[in-house]
Amino acid sequence: MDRRIGVYICYCGANIAATVNVKEVAEFAASLRGVVVARDYMFMCSDPGQELIKNDIKEYGLNRVVVASCSPLLHERTFRRVCRDAGLNPYLFEMANIREHCSWVHEDGATEKAKELVRAAVMRVYYHEPLELMEVPINPNTLIVGGGIAGIQAALDIANAGYKVYLVEREPSIGGHMIQLDKTFPTLDCSACILTPKMSDVGSHPNIELLTHSEVEEISGYIGNFKAKVRKKARYVDEEKCTGCGVCQEKCPWKVDSEFDVGLAKRKAIYIPFPQAVPNTPVIDKEHCIYFLKGTCRACEKFCEAGAIDFEQKDQLLELEVGSVIVATGYDVFDPSVISQYGYGKYDNVITGLEFERLSNATGPTGGQILLKNNQPPQSVAIVHCVGSRDKNFHEYCSRVCCMYALKFAHLIKEKTEAEVYQMYIDMRCFGEGYEEFYERVSTQDGVKYIRGKVSRVTDRALTDEEKGKLIVCVEDTLLGSFIRVPVDMVILSIALEPRADAEKIAKLFSIGRRADGFFMERHVKLEPIATLTDGIFIAGCCQSPKDIPDTVAQAKGAASEVLRLLAQGKVEIEPIVAFVDEEVCSGCGLCEKVCPFGALTPDGIERVMMVNRALCKGCGACAGVCPSSAISLSHFTPRQILEQVEALSY
Amino acid sequence: MAVINPFTEAAEAMIEAGGEALKSCYQCGLCTGACPWNLVRSFLTRRLIHEAQIGLVELESEDVWLCATCGACVERCPRGVEIIDIMRALRRIGTQWAANPKSLKTVMASLGTVGNPFGKAREKRSDWAKDLGVKAFAPNTEFLYFPCCTPIYDQRARRIALATVDVLNKAGVDFGILGTEENCCGESARKAGEEKLFQSLAEANIEAFKDNGVSKIIVSSPHCYHSFRNEYPELDGNFEVVHITQFLAELIDNKRLKLTKSFPKKVAYHDPCYLGRHNKIYDEPRRVLESIPELELVELPDCREDSLCCGGGGGRIWMETKKGERFSDIRIEQALEVGAEVLAISCPYCLLNFDDSLLTMDKEGLLEIRDISELVKEVI
Repeated sequence: MDRRIGVYICYCGANIAATVNVKEVAEFAASLRGVVVARDYMFMCSDPGQELIKNDIKEYGLNRVVVASCSPLLHERTFRRVCRDAGLNPYLFEMANIREHCSWVHEDGATEKAKELVRAAVMRVYYHEPLELMEVPINPNTLIVGGGIAGIQAALDIANAGYKVYLVEREPSIGGHMIQLDKTFPTLDCSACILTPKMSDVGSHPNIELLTHSEVEEISGYIGNFKAKVRKKARYVDEEKCTGCGVCQEKCPWKVDSEFDVGLAKRKAIYIPFPQAVPNTPVIDKEHCIYFLKGTCRACEKFCEAGAIDFEQKDQLLELEVGSVIVATGYDVFDPSVISQYGYGKYDNVITGLEFERLSNATGPTGGQILLKNNQPPQSVAIVHCVGSRDKNFHEYCSRVCCMYALKFAHLIKEKTEAEVYQMYIDMRCFGEGYEEFYERVSTQDGVKYIRGKVSRVTDRALTDEEKGKLIVCVEDTLLGSFIRVPVDMVILSIALEPRADAEKIAKLFSIGRRADGFFMERHVKLEPIATLTDGIFIAGCCQSPKDIPDTVAQAKGAASEVLRLLAQGKVEIEPIVAFVDEEVCSGCGLCEKVCPFGALTPDGIERVMMVNRALCKGCGACAGVCPSSAISLSHFTPRQILEQVEALSY
Repeated sequence: MAVINPFTEAAEAMIEAGGEALKSCYQCGLCTGACPWNLVRSFLTRRLIHEAQIGLVELESEDVWLCATCGACVERCPRGVEIIDIMRALRRIGTQWAANPKSLKTVMASLGTVGNPFGKAREKRSDWAKDLGVKAFAPNTEFLYFPCCTPIYDQRARRIALATVDVLNKAGVDFGILGTEENCCGESARKAGEEKLFQSLAEANIEAFKDNGVSKIIVSSPHCYHSFRNEYPELDGNFEVVHITQFLAELIDNKRLKLTKSFPKKVAYHDPCYLGRHNKIYDEPRRVLESIPELELVELPDCREDSLCCGGGGGRIWMETKKGERFSDIRIEQALEVGAEVLAISCPYCLLNFDDSLLTMDKEGLLEIRDISELVKEVI
């Protein structure tokens, strides 16, 4: 069939036109083989721009279209739809990126390069073949990884819409970091009071299968049809029999630092992490249980009336089939002991923000009293901002919550003690709803003092009598222009939020990208903040970037809506860009099977050829590259298409 | 009322003079707190940077000439600002306007004329070695020993060079000296804002080294080490440089030096800024000390990355520091506090400053200041 190609060059306002002579490129395009119409237009992505293409397809009988504008990541879908609407197979379209790859990065020669890119696109589209989209059904179940506030909220939203959710949590209880917090800024709601109803809903929801003390070990498949292997670690307690009475942990004689109280209190070797845990089933910590270590004790077993203790329990491997996945694995807190000058780990009364949360909490080690290590209330407290944040030596980013939690600490200290409170800050960042008002409230009603400067050192070396027995916080008050020493009893370090220590492993497991700062990468920083580069896998909460509770909840609800969108559709279209095997040529050697990361290639036992599972194939082309007899090629990336494109660029 | 406007041209001049780094500063003031000056007097590093940002630095102000380029601020700056580059840029401009302190002017003039900061005759550059049988460097000699002007001309520091020669001889190292052909490395000149002078000293040295076929250099001073290793390559001078403490560690590891005698004393090691923070050499000097039989190594309160400067860097060694404002005095107190009998050093400037402090603090006899090469010499 004769090629009738339409070419459209976009100005993108001044984005392209500032360095590219758009008219000249369009004139050039008109001269290329097969081109019957070439136009320039201010915004090709606008409705009139789209209409232009549709009309031309009809009027000129176009059977191929090229748009030269921005990145295909942004508008390839738009223009494919335009083609389809006008009755043209959407794969008879090609996009030339003359913005990101050209006008934005060149000052001289941008017009010439734009011409080359357009010629390459035209020569490529010349050999495009029509392809049909594939539809696959969506499994109605959802896997959510992480049972903090993000995972909890997303699970409830999806479950309440009537769909099944598997919520997998590594720890023995859901609740995440939020359940460790005391009050929440700026409203001062009790964190547990607002979270436990949701936790309880999760625990009893008929549509939620809660898998705590469990981890996802493998995931395979594709959007709509994932398979996950989950290891449900042995609790050594029979969940069916256990009544949650707690006698076992009362009787257990072995004490260990409590993770929930960040080491400020002890728990037992068999324990329920905190009173409101969901599920309310204890777990035996094998590392510290003396029965597991030395073979004697079994005190818990003796006292358990329900006979729920089961030392023989084994890990279970579950295979789940789900349609989409939400990863909500949260954050770790920065370990400030690496900043030796702040004396964390050296001075008893230098504590982290998370430790303060436990100290101030009614279920914490002091019953909510703010006390020094000697059990006396502090007379003065310094809160050091940006510990590990906004610092190239540690984390360059702002952790976004520290200014606000520091203000909250100040308020709680003022409420509960007589202490003077100092905030040592660099910039106060109070940007959320009610935050600025809270900042003012803490300043005026609580009378907190602010010193603008990054603390250089915390020391106990007194220079005056007044400093004796105190921790001295050394800082330049940059507003005064004076280096000052502030003697206090307690120093709270506002520590950064950082990616989980195993973020790399999790990212690999779910094929999620990571940013330079280590957090999981969204598909688009502004417009796709929840989707990832893997279709059907979404992210929510602090695994994506540090954020406060309102933002986390919003993102979790967004993730639930992404999942429900897929479920409402019931099926999903998959790009037909997949490998295909020329059965005449294939000898069935199986090299392709070895390199395929998705398990999409399997031998056909009868014909001695390889077969492609089109749903599993992601179109990466590894098989085509490795095939010794060139029996495999990739639709939409055939050798002819690519070589013509390369040829055009090498004129 | 006096009107103050930002002085854009001056700000731009700072950047042109090499102060590019000041753009990154977000004025948190950590540098001020990290700066040792604030142990003895007020010195607002941050404010100086801000003044440079808006072009309102007073070049005549003493502040511009205080920085000892110890790098404590750079080590911890949250924005990674190369604050020493900013100080150097300020001083370059200050020097152009002849606003540099008089004592510096004198020293820089000597460097320009006789190639050493003491104003001593160039011909006397190898006098220190004349009775030691040290050979002149020849093209087939393996190492050049570059002792630094201070041990060469200053009687108090000469023991460093003497001990080094002795130890190198005992280990059978093939080395020689260049004597009158060499100049001061120029490190201090550069930090004092004398960029052209630095370049001419460096170029002369590079030429001398190349002409004589030098490829490997042993140095006693961390300042020479720093300039040879990090600054000479800018001028196409690429030599293999090793500080004597690194070299001694290697000789001991390879059993070329056997430490047979004991040194049963408590020794504290002072990390010089230019060996430690500037070049991250913390372990080799300690390894040498730890291998000395019966020597008990103790750490000072501020050690390694947190080491307290002796006060001699950035040209400060050539400027008078008032009594009561000397970091070296604090360092001596620290050494005595940890019960050290010997304060081991590995930099000639540190030696001068600590010796001075002992004298002026009237603490002579309580503590010995010894270069690591001297300690090694005593036990072989």
